[in-house]
Amino acid sequence: MNVLYLKKAIIISLLILSICLLPSCRGAEDRVIAAGSTSVQPYAEILAEEFALAYPDTEIDIQGGGSAAGITAAQSGTAEIGMSSRALKDDEKGLWVVEIAKDGLAVIINPANAVSDLTLEQIRDIYTNDIVNWGEVDGSDAKIHIIAREEGSGTRSAFEDLVMGKDRLITPKAIIQGSNGTIRQLVAGDPNAIGFISLGLVDGTVKALRLGGVEASKENVISGSYKLFRPFLFLAEREPEGPAKQFIDFALSEEGQRILSNEGLIPE
Amino acid sequence: MKKFKEKLSGRIFFALALSSISALALITVFIIYKGAQTFIDVGFFKFIFGMSWSPGRDEFGIFPMIIGTVTVTLGAAAIGVPIGICCSIFLAEFAPSALQNIFRPAIQLLAGIPSVVYGFWGLLFVVPLIRNYLGGPGLSILAGAIILAIMILPTIITISEVSLISLPRHYKDGSLALGLTQWQTICSVQLPAAKSGIVAAVILGLGRAMGETMAVIMVLGNAVALPDSILAPVRTFTTNIGIEMGYASGEHQQALFATGIVLFVIIMMLNSLAQYITRRKAK
Repeated sequence: MNVLYLKKAIIISLLILSICLLPSCRGAEDRVIAAGSTSVQPYAEILAEEFALAYPDTEIDIQGGGSAAGITAAQSGTAEIGMSSRALKDDEKGLWVVEIAKDGLAVIINPANAVSDLTLEQIRDIYTNDIVNWGEVDGSDAKIHIIAREEGSGTRSAFEDLVMGKDRLITPKAIIQGSNGTIRQLVAGDPNAIGFISLGLVDGTVKALRLGGVEASKENVISGSYKLFRPFLFLAEREPEGPAKQFIDFALSEEGQRILSNEGLIPE
Repeated sequence: MKKFKEKLSGRIFFALALSSISALALITVFIIYKGAQTFIDVGFFKFIFGMSWSPGRDEFGIFPMIIGTVTVTLGAAAIGVPIGICCSIFLAEFAPSALQNIFRPAIQLLAGIPSVVYGFWGLLFVVPLIRNYLGGPGLSILAGAIILAIMILPTIITISEVSLISLPRHYKDGSLALGLTQWQTICSVQLPAAKSGIVAAVILGLGRAMGETMAVIMVLGNAVALPDSILAPVRTFTTNIGIEMGYASGEHQQALFATGIVLFVIIMMLNSLAQYITRRKAK
């Protein structure tokens, strides 16, 4: 009796296992993988949704992983499209690149903080831990809580390029968070925090600092007076064809650019 | 025929049991294979005692994370162990069965809450509390220690309680017959007799605290610097892997696996210690 049960159990579990192992059968539709920057990812997903309406036969699969991973994926060809939220370094040139939009980088503080304008040098000194108190930059007497992104993040590396320069490093004492969203949430809750996020993600819960008197806005990025911005790039091993090209063309089309602009990015 | 079936079922169980062991072997071999290179490239002492972790500049030193892991784990023990042991004494000796029936499932439930929920609760409740009443950014050793203390309670309570209950009945009876009060009996007879089980419970709890990732990523702040107080943010081994894994490649990824090896070795040592202590008692 027991053996019978055992046999049944084994047969059933084997059946379940084999069903799980069956390759997920898909139709003969085209599939494009776009992988990389987690900053570009949400915008690429919106583009992909709209694209799916126009081209129902092509499936665009948007994956994260970070700019570095996106560049590697494009180089090795594991993804048809790589996504990067920072400019390519010299040893990464040689890929096929197109800029789909620009994204401003906002340095944000809590709305309760009296400070609203800092120079690039002051922000740099805060992030190197040379300025440690809000009192040193005309704020109230309180210790500054520095928040940054983790190593490998495109947002961090854009911030390093644009603000820190070549020789200065973000202090190891900085609090590290894994996404724009958590940084915004922490800054919204902590009156003494400072962080940096994508300009498109700034909302009423945080205050974007003016940079030497220039407001952080799309208009000022376009006019060139606000200096903190970075490119959002689509990359490929070589010039893409077929469905990947269709998707990139869609992103660059009037409609695609309008979608990106509505989401807070700066169109080309 | 019957004998054959018996044999066959034995074999099948053996094969299934083997698969769980081989999973362990696979994981061990894999992380050592992936991470060992870092110990060679960076150097063992530079890796363990290096003060700077900056993969972008090829600096891989995990000493601040060792300090982070140790302080957070000890903090969790300092909060969780007394509460856990007292709770197990209460359940084993004092609680009427009606209360036991509420406490035991509640503690089991505590073990069943996903760690990300602990982390989220910590971020939205514990962190602001620390920030507002004690100062600092809130994301801190203290926040991590509080969350972990709650998470290791079920481990400590369950194992300590079992070791108290499984004591021979005549220990207690004899002590009471000699005129000791119940409290004296617990302190001078039962606790010392159950010592090895309780110590094992604490060690397993520490291992659990050390290996926890998701909850502490959200509340520790993850700064790679030596903390100057319990209100400072730190990074542990697990959070280092958790926060940088997604972006890492090449040497950086190797270094994360090497961090994993260090953690793996420490947890293995803790678990072996716990087993050794319980075995010694059994003899």
